[in-house]
Amino acid sequence: MAQGSQAGGGLEDNARLTVAGDRVVSIKSEKDFASGLMFITIGGGFAWASASSYTIGSASQMGPGYFPLVLGLVLLMLGGLILFFSLVVETPDGGKIGSIAWRPLLCILGANLAFGALLGGVEGIGLPSMGLVVAIVALTVISAMADETAFHLRRVLVLSTILAAGSYGIFIALLGLQMPVWPAFLAV
Amino acid sequence: MDLLANLATGFGVAATPINLLYALVGCLLGTLIGVLPGIGPVATIAMLLPATYALPPVSALIMLAGIYYGAQYGGSTTAILVNLPGESSSVVTTIDGYQMARQGRAGPALAAAGLGSFFAGCVGTLLLAAFAGPLTEMAFAFGPAEYCALMVLGLVGAVVLASGSLLKAIAMIVLGLLLGLVGTDVNSGIARFSMDIPELADGIGFVAVAMGVFGYGEIITNLAKSGEDREVFTAKVQGLMPTREDFRQMMPAVLRGTALGSVLGVLPGGGAVLASFAAYTLEKKIKLKASEVPLGQGNIRGVASPESANNAGAQTSFIPLLTLGIPPNAVMALMVGAMTIHNIQPGPQVMTVNPELFWGLIASMWIGNLMLIVLNLPMIGIWIKLLTVPYHYLFPAIVLFCAIGVYTTNNATFDIALVAAFGLAGYVFHKLGCEPAPLLLGFVLGPMMEEYLKRALKLARGDWSVFVTRPLSAALLAVALVLMVMVLLPAVKSKREEAFVED
Repeated sequence: MAQGSQAGGGLEDNARLTVAGDRVVSIKSEKDFASGLMFITIGGGFAWASASSYTIGSASQMGPGYFPLVLGLVLLMLGGLILFFSLVVETPDGGKIGSIAWRPLLCILGANLAFGALLGGVEGIGLPSMGLVVAIVALTVISAMADETAFHLRRVLVLSTILAAGSYGIFIALLGLQMPVWPAFLAV
Repeated sequence: MDLLANLATGFGVAATPINLLYALVGCLLGTLIGVLPGIGPVATIAMLLPATYALPPVSALIMLAGIYYGAQYGGSTTAILVNLPGESSSVVTTIDGYQMARQGRAGPALAAAGLGSFFAGCVGTLLLAAFAGPLTEMAFAFGPAEYCALMVLGLVGAVVLASGSLLKAIAMIVLGLLLGLVGTDVNSGIARFSMDIPELADGIGFVAVAMGVFGYGEIITNLAKSGEDREVFTAKVQGLMPTREDFRQMMPAVLRGTALGSVLGVLPGGGAVLASFAAYTLEKKIKLKASEVPLGQGNIRGVASPESANNAGAQTSFIPLLTLGIPPNAVMALMVGAMTIHNIQPGPQVMTVNPELFWGLIASMWIGNLMLIVLNLPMIGIWIKLLTVPYHYLFPAIVLFCAIGVYTTNNATFDIALVAAFGLAGYVFHKLGCEPAPLLLGFVLGPMMEEYLKRALKLARGDWSVFVTRPLSAALLAVALVLMVMVLLPAVKSKREEAFVED
């Protein structure tokens, strides 16, 4: 039996840690469990890459790999601790991660990527630079789709026109930033 | 008197009509963008930074100071009106500010924040002018070991302020330090962790990290909430100015907040944030008068004191930047970036090599504060209107500004892809309850810390005890240790949570 069953309130509240003992270990906080895994992976990755590809050197003569190796190992350890506590410390709500907002996530990041691709063009797939105006329209439409309940095509097009005109005014006319405005094949 | 002569030099440089105009424009833009929900000073400055590239250095920094104050005030505005803090230092403002707004007293709350900030800004500027000199002298006594110790202190400070798990905050700092190391190593010329992507050889851009993690991460998180959760509160606003009774209550609170903020702001590592939390905690300890509502239910002191504290702290946090060249927080880190773009290396030499710039910058901070009050008091009504813009118009515009801002820093499409990656990371961090602010500080300090650590240990022939045998370095590390112990003590921990959790 596990000794003491008082549930620890906060994770960092070391004084009230209870050890799982011989009970089946279960995840007490999904968030911390996943964070722990994330930090272990990243820390381990950095440590491995530093050790395998760069000179480590010594404390008095540090090579390019020294500092990142130390940090990577520290992160690995921290991740391990977080993972450990996520298995032994009770959290009030089980530290649920909850559902993932796929639609906003994909729309916002997609809008951003589309903007970049259209503005600068992508050589690999033969996409010419389409310029700022086209890119803004694409960004506005795609990002607006993130909120399906409020999506209304005509309204979005009006918004994109206003944003395109405003951006042209501010960034090109007023601030004189260098970027393609119109599609490359239309330029003389 | 030296101080007056120096200030006169400063105002001579800063108070030219054209620079005043830049300050005004900066303040206006900063407020306009800072008032957008979910966009704090870091994102605002990052976004508007390119706008200052073409200006002469002094004008550029003056405009940035304007943007900074504007954005900070804009963040407080959303904190009060819609319960959305634009940045970590206005988190406590939401507690009483939003309650006041719900009672239709948004006007007095906004005015209290503005007036308190202005007063604190004036005091902070004077302190900065008076102490920058002596502290710069001290900076020359700093060897690599001291710099290292100071950065550790700063990073520990960031941990103390993080609201969630201590371990996760430390892990985020380490992760930030690691990300900061990506790119070409100055000593060996090797491109570290660049995965053979040529663009990564120059390192990861700060703007891409800040925009991705804060800007996009916030928007996605906001959109994931249901409609009513982010509903803008626009119930009838009655009376824009505080009453005489309000003034009587807020005056001492402003004084207390300013004093606390000035002292804490000097500490590297989010001085302004620490200041606002400490000020709120202090106000809670002060006995209530018979006519007052308790703090947390719309007491004007709960707005005035932390707002003064964070502005005083913001002001004095320029001291470590200007004298030691160490950015104490993310905003200051951006200022370093801006200075570097204009070929100014922040640090003790700025004051001797470039006195006009140094004092001009200090004077411009006061001007920025003044512009803020001039601009915002009459416009409180308009800011409230701006927030009635439906979110479905607002967020595509925010996404656009972020994308353009990132693209223009390097004119590179790759940065836009990078910001998407960090946007994803920002959402993951949010989902996992990992606070991104410490990551950003670590990211900025990473390369610097490595450099000083290398030098310190080289001088000491690899003997790590150098950090405790040199008195100044030992003292700094001791302070860091004390801070750490304070966080671990349950008594302090519960107080820390008290400031966050309100019924």
